[in-house]
Amino acid sequence: MPAIEILGFEKTYMVGFWRKRPKCALSPLHLTVRDGEIFGFLGPNGAGKTTTLKLLMGLVFPTAGSARLLGQEWTDPRVKAQIGFLPEQPYFYDHLTAHELLNYYAQLSGVPGKERSRRVEAMLQRVGLPEVKGVQLRKFSKGMLQRVGIAQAILHDPKLVFFDEPMSGLDPMGRREVRDLMEQLKHEGKTVFFSTHILSDAEALCDRVAIIHKGELRGVGAVEDLTSSVQGKVEVIWQGTQVPTSMKALGAECHVTGDTVRAIISESQQDAAIDALRRERLRLISIVPVRTSLEAYFVEKLQRAETTAGRMA
Amino acid sequence: MNARIGHIASNTFREAVRDRVLYNLIAFAVLLSGAAILVGQISIDIEKLVVINLGLTAVSLFGIVIAIFIGIGLVSKEIEKRTLYTVLSRPVRRWEFIVGKFFGLAGTLVVNTFFMAIGVFAALFYVAHKFVRADALILIALYFIVLEFLIICSLALLFSSFSSPLLSAVFAFSLFVIGSFAEDLRGFAGMAHGLTRWLATGAAYLVPNFSAFNVISSIAHEQPVAAQLIWHNTLYALFYAAMALSGAVLIFEHRNLKLSSAAKLRLLQALALSFAWPPAP
Repeated sequence: MPAIEILGFEKTYMVGFWRKRPKCALSPLHLTVRDGEIFGFLGPNGAGKTTTLKLLMGLVFPTAGSARLLGQEWTDPRVKAQIGFLPEQPYFYDHLTAHELLNYYAQLSGVPGKERSRRVEAMLQRVGLPEVKGVQLRKFSKGMLQRVGIAQAILHDPKLVFFDEPMSGLDPMGRREVRDLMEQLKHEGKTVFFSTHILSDAEALCDRVAIIHKGELRGVGAVEDLTSSVQGKVEVIWQGTQVPTSMKALGAECHVTGDTVRAIISESQQDAAIDALRRERLRLISIVPVRTSLEAYFVEKLQRAETTAGRMA
Repeated sequence: MNARIGHIASNTFREAVRDRVLYNLIAFAVLLSGAAILVGQISIDIEKLVVINLGLTAVSLFGIVIAIFIGIGLVSKEIEKRTLYTVLSRPVRRWEFIVGKFFGLAGTLVVNTFFMAIGVFAALFYVAHKFVRADALILIALYFIVLEFLIICSLALLFSSFSSPLLSAVFAFSLFVIGSFAEDLRGFAGMAHGLTRWLATGAAYLVPNFSAFNVISSIAHEQPVAAQLIWHNTLYALFYAAMALSGAVLIFEHRNLKLSSAAKLRLLQALALSFAWPPAP
């Protein structure tokens, strides 16, 4: 059973004050997310990522289409007990302490009274906020609020977790911790659906990704599949500070960084390059095929969309 | 009561308390003790009358200001600040949220009124040096004031469910003023003719009839209140509040929770700042 099935979600807003005109925020979207995977929902700002998440959470209503979460209708309140959601740039009741807030959310999620206190403590430990007892959220930094947001999303042990830009507001250490947490959630058998426009996060974490742009789905697939198109080139790295003439003769694009040199050459010249390095008595560090990065794939999809739109116009 | 409604209500109450709403009690206490001391010195035989009139009017006005100014932000503030997103993404129905908010605000006002009532009785004791049986009538006036609050809370919530806080405040306050003159409006409708008569009659029955709840003056003169009026006012307030709440639920059930343009701009600025940090390698 898929964790998420989006069956043609479509959202059009009416904009303008006097003369209302329709503005399409999301074209019919069909998407399936498998159980137990980390799924990245990628797109630039204003692409329709948050609209999709809001539709799935029942915060806005679709113009057309429907969805199924964990096999149930997405509007069914019972399914929400098994879902966790971190909104973009979360903001909480700042008159509460983190303990009180999580306790309140646990109550609303139906966590039994006996378990609540233990669960809240454990969750604050897990997101790296063990020492915040008695401090109201209005005194929290943006990064701390983001951590509280993550804690409230997984507090009730949901099977399916939605994160909207989970890394925003976090420093590099915080981002690493969130990445680790998402991997832990996957190992616990949970499905993680997260939106981001930071492609390195998606590339490092996701089993599969979808790319959305201007409300339209531009591509879906496993990260390996999207990034595996070898361009017929290899990357050779060796120890040294200079590029031998024989390597230059192969037409290699070389970059010297510190005491290593990185060269991109054609795959057919791989053996010749190894021979050249051996002749010069240089230490070879690695030879790896050049893969298309997720970023390159993403940019190509967006450029293609722009070109198509230009032609249509 | 449904447990989730109770949790939302208690959170609303806690928010009001921590936002120092009950600090108005200090202003009330200062006003009432000042008035009690003043009338004790300048009035002859009408000290009680003045204290009851002033005290109960202050209870009513302070409560109405709180009901309007908290009530108008109960829904719109949650949308603007996006605190609602993490509530409605849980197994909470939209009507439970509205009803919970209503009970939270009503609870705040009841507690506020309770402490103010103690103040009124204390001021009364200060000027009269004793309580008499007729003073119990003050409790009826306080009960009517609480009923008024229920109506105002439900109206503020109704406006908050579809309008901005500023417009909601204007609507709620206007209805309070018009409702306080509802009897006059009905009198005018009786004298008018044609279309004006129909419009005035419609308006007179649509706006809440707050004049029926105002028994402060008669109670200050120790005149009893008919049991029929107590029943009538109770049923009327509950019915009116239920209708206004139903309207709020009906609107809110179909509302897309999107941010206003100003809130979107603030969010975009915050996002831009948050990504200024160099990305992790």
